[in-house]
Amino acid sequence: MRSADPYLRIQNLTKKFGEFTALSDISLEIFEGEFVCFLGPSGCGKTTLLRAIAGLDIQTFGEIEQNGKDISSLPPAERDFGIVFQSYALFPNLTIQRNIAFGLENLKKPKTEVESRVVELLELVGLSDQKDKYPAQLSGGQQQRVALARAIAISPGLLLLDEPLSALDAKVRGKLRHEIKDLQNRLGITTIMVTHDQEEALTMADRIVVINEGIIEQVGTPQEIYNAPETTFVADFIGSMNFLSGVRAGENRIEVGEQVFTIDNALWKADSEQNHDVVIAIRPEDIVVGAASENCIDASVDSVEFLGPFVRAELSSPALSGQSIQADFSANRVRSEQLEVGSKLQISLPVNSIRMFNRASRV
Amino acid sequence: MAIAESTNQVSTNWKEVKSRSSRDDRQMLVFMGIIACYLVVALAFPLYAILSKSFENNDGAFIGLANYIEYFKTPALTYSIQNSLFIASITTLIVVSVAFLFAYGLSRSCMRFKSGFRVIALVPILVPSLLPGIALVYLFGRQGMLKELLFGHDIYGPIGIIISEVFFTLPHALIIIMTALSIADARLYESAESLNSSKLRTFFTVTIPGARYGLISAAFVVFTLTITDFGAPKVIGGDFNVLATDIYKQVIGQQNFEMGAVVSMILLLPAGIAFFVDRIMQRKQVALLSARAVAFDPKPSRVFDWAMFGWASVVSVFILTILLTCQYAAIIKFYPYDLSFSLNNFDFDRMDGGGWTSFFNSLKLASWTAVVGTVIVFFGAYMVEKGRGFNAGRGVFQFLAMLPMAVPGLVLGLAYIFFFNDPDNPLNFLYHTMAILVISTITHFYTVAHLTAVTALKQMDKEFESVAASLKAPFYKTFMRVTVPVSLPAILDISIYLFVNAMTTVSAVVFLYGPHTALASVAVLNMDDAGDIAPAAAMGMMIFYANVTVKILHSLISKGILKRTQAWRYR
Amino acid sequence: MKKTIFLAAALLGSTSVFAATELTVYTAVEAEDLKKYAERFNEDHPDIKINWVRDSTGIVTAKLLAEKENPQADVIWGLAATSLLLMKGEGMLEAYAPAGLDELDSKFQDKASPPSWVGMDAWVAAICVNTVEAEANNLPTPTSWKDLTNPVYEGHVAMPNPNSSGTGFLDVSSWLQIFGEEEGWSFMDGLHKNIHHYTHSGSKPCKQAASGEVAIGVSFAFRGAKSKASGAPLEIVIPSEGIGWDMEATAIVKGTDKMDAAKTLVDWSITDKANKMYNEGYAVIGKQALAKPVEHFPENIPESMIDNDFEWAANNRKRILAEWQKRYDSKSEPKS
Repeated sequence: MRSADPYLRIQNLTKKFGEFTALSDISLEIFEGEFVCFLGPSGCGKTTLLRAIAGLDIQTFGEIEQNGKDISSLPPAERDFGIVFQSYALFPNLTIQRNIAFGLENLKKPKTEVESRVVELLELVGLSDQKDKYPAQLSGGQQQRVALARAIAISPGLLLLDEPLSALDAKVRGKLRHEIKDLQNRLGITTIMVTHDQEEALTMADRIVVINEGIIEQVGTPQEIYNAPETTFVADFIGSMNFLSGVRAGENRIEVGEQVFTIDNALWKADSEQNHDVVIAIRPEDIVVGAASENCIDASVDSVEFLGPFVRAELSSPALSGQSIQADFSANRVRSEQLEVGSKLQISLPVNSIRMFNRASRV
Repeated sequence: MAIAESTNQVSTNWKEVKSRSSRDDRQMLVFMGIIACYLVVALAFPLYAILSKSFENNDGAFIGLANYIEYFKTPALTYSIQNSLFIASITTLIVVSVAFLFAYGLSRSCMRFKSGFRVIALVPILVPSLLPGIALVYLFGRQGMLKELLFGHDIYGPIGIIISEVFFTLPHALIIIMTALSIADARLYESAESLNSSKLRTFFTVTIPGARYGLISAAFVVFTLTITDFGAPKVIGGDFNVLATDIYKQVIGQQNFEMGAVVSMILLLPAGIAFFVDRIMQRKQVALLSARAVAFDPKPSRVFDWAMFGWASVVSVFILTILLTCQYAAIIKFYPYDLSFSLNNFDFDRMDGGGWTSFFNSLKLASWTAVVGTVIVFFGAYMVEKGRGFNAGRGVFQFLAMLPMAVPGLVLGLAYIFFFNDPDNPLNFLYHTMAILVISTITHFYTVAHLTAVTALKQMDKEFESVAASLKAPFYKTFMRVTVPVSLPAILDISIYLFVNAMTTVSAVVFLYGPHTALASVAVLNMDDAGDIAPAAAMGMMIFYANVTVKILHSLISKGILKRTQAWRYR
Repeated sequence: MKKTIFLAAALLGSTSVFAATELTVYTAVEAEDLKKYAERFNEDHPDIKINWVRDSTGIVTAKLLAEKENPQADVIWGLAATSLLLMKGEGMLEAYAPAGLDELDSKFQDKASPPSWVGMDAWVAAICVNTVEAEANNLPTPTSWKDLTNPVYEGHVAMPNPNSSGTGFLDVSSWLQIFGEEEGWSFMDGLHKNIHHYTHSGSKPCKQAASGEVAIGVSFAFRGAKSKASGAPLEIVIPSEGIGWDMEATAIVKGTDKMDAAKTLVDWSITDKANKMYNEGYAVIGKQALAKPVEHFPENIPESMIDNDFEWAANNRKRILAEWQKRYDSKSEPKS
């Protein structure tokens, strides 16, 4: 399905700011037409990586290849990309259509062609009736679309989005997510988006690159990242996760406090080597109420947090030697089971939902 | 997958990646180089020339520190150091206190007539620094209208110099302190009020500390302006010698260029120190500015407002008295013996200083300086601020752009004689032309203009250039279509700043004007020097009228242009 | 950008390109007379345009010396002979014997042959007394230099600083010649006590006396006469010991590329017509036979002029100025 050659190949890229290493030995391949998100906490290096790809802050070591061409040391003007910044950087003194036409005018195309392309782009982002306004006269979401239209006007091979939605309020953000994704699908343009918002990444990306402290933690589809985190950082950063410390108690067995959990050895992810001291991880929503054949514990409810469609309960069990565990229950179930602080209940941890990591790698 | 790969492949390529420069980068580098060359030729080389001159004898042979030793052996000369420091310190003390109270009234009280006071307080910027001295002669001289107020003291000397310098430097201090006070955070005042803190206590615990960097910065600016000013001591100083007049006397009176160079170097010291301390303060002031500060909105208070109104009135009366005295002197036939009105004093062609031609020359100089200077300054600031790479060169450029602030005009002017009048200098043909006056004036006032431009550029989205590069727009297109229009208010400010200063400046150009290029401000000096004090006042007023007219025109034009090009600013 | 400046210079410099030859003439002649001088000269030589560079004696001298390596002036017309002697010493002047030289008073030409400079008129020291102020302050009218050391005049006298004014130097060097070195300095010690202030310009003390800023100004007669003519209550006193004087003189600057025009101007500067023109303001001129009395000028001027030794003054200038500065310029000690 994918062509053998990646569209963008990053090899052993390192970026230093003086003594500080912002990115350390990054290697990554991105394929044509993909929508890739760089996800990570602020300061992790994701924007630095984007700027290196754009040539705005050139890496200290390493190579970048775009479409088979080595662009490692090219200045931005000689690379092939369109970019949208968090601030949009719209030219405040130019009207919407002049902003969009700005790049087209440099291609030495006939005027009529430029104008018809602008009309087309205005339609694409649904701003045809706003074309003579100035950026300051538009809402944040509209400005965002103008920036997008301007970036794709010159039909670049690569679209770079630097936290394009973070300046908007939640509602608009949700709407624009779809619009951007839709647009990208239609145009088939290879896109890299930097974000610190996991929801954004999970909903929009074909693949997510999770970055932490200058290194890549994991690359994978949203499902892979969510369901099969390869490191405790990824497990912790994406969604919610319970971590319980334990020790190996034989094949397929891990002991946490007095409780022995059955595990599926295939779900070991941390390392090929399986150590004695381990951490097991399970998402709150994977915990099941009621008796089951395996991994069943008696627990009591310590606190309850109402989160709308579901309730997150803090549970404790004497068997877990003081480690508490969070579980999500649907609002319905809470009502039917009459769960409240102090309730006693039985929960089970399904074998195929438990993931194991070496304790040493726990952040 | 990625991790596994990379750990296996470590050290495939440890050669550091060097950014290749784009055509834009190279073009910008060339332009930056040109403007840097301008600064080197117009500033660095002349300063080197004057420095080396101070180590040479009359025949140009190197004699080490001999000139300096001779200088310090001549008490008549070394007294001037003390005199200069004395004048500058007292003036600084007075001006900072006066300006602070004035600015405090403007920003913290609800007194009436605020905008009027503000306009009046800025008037001294529009006149040459010689003018207050001339007014003081009419007010407090032997035949002075108010000479009783001095109780027998003599206006010729430190008293006269200090009053003149107070007039001359007040607006500069005021602008800085106003800025410092206006950025104060209203939330601090609200919390002080909620803690039942007394007004006085709030003043000392919130207001003063909040404005302290502004105050220190104002103090250094006033100190520098005063110690390097030559107009006031020349006109009203009598026999009270200061460093600035010593340079003039050494060069003009005794043709002792080497000693002039020595005094110049000595004058550079305090001005330079003050300048660098000021730069540090400015940086701190910026750091103090919190993005979330809330603007302070004063509440009316009868007693306080009237007290502030009283103070502002006193200061305004002082300024207007000086100005009106000159106006009066200019149209009186022969003070004090014939007080009938006459325009004889405007018959400049019968006086020293170059006549009416000098006035028109000044207009020419100011226009050229405003146009050419704004282009050079803004372009230079753009290259420094927005160019890519070549950081060392940019650092040097930034230093050169800041340097003129620390160089007194007289020193610059003298340095230009040494540098440009050297027959071996290929730029020698510039000597005595309007061009050299334009160059020296642009250079003299470069720093403030540069800082204005840099501030405006910094306020612009720093990603404009990145976006433009991604859109393959050459830098000059982005510059002309976006940067310049967006910065237009700052550009207009720079041009009017250069114009007004070119009209009033004396110090650098006094050594440089030639047969075709006598200037109005120098004419004021020369007429006063020759004892034609009434015509000197008249010419000073002509400069004032010209500046006021241009300022009004400027604000009308800016309003017009801004309306057209800044439509985007209004939603 | 640079180009623009040069273009600017070119445009600005081209305001008057139509006269056949343009001479840059440095002068210290009073500003109000310059137009007249150029007009009279152009009556005879309309093809030569004069571009004046006018400033006080000190400044013009300084300019000329500063530009020694690269002279800007073609001719000097109307600068103190002492200054010209200084320039002659520096080898900056072109020796030239203008037509009609022998009719000129021998005092009014350089001793060398051909002379480096030729004189125009003499300008003589004098005391300007404001009669109104003198009366108000009960000051007797001085009749001699020595009178000025009388303590009654304390704080009422202004004189030019010899370090910046040619007139000031003329005063000091003449006193040293009249009284001898020792007595001369002790006279100045006494005078210094009465001085209210020293001015940078030689005409300023008289203008200040005219406007009442001081009662007495040590200046020169020409200025006093002018001020008196414009209505100032002045009396011009020629002190009994005799008065110092200097000449305004003319010379060609070595290296000029307009030698013919320069010679034409210098020739004209000693014509009868020129001398009569000088006589309109100055009582003593190069061709004294042509001289007529000048209004408001005291009549006894020629007799009172001392036998001024210009060479001595020029040769001792540096020493005298240094001594003066040492004695009097440190008057203004810090007041703190």
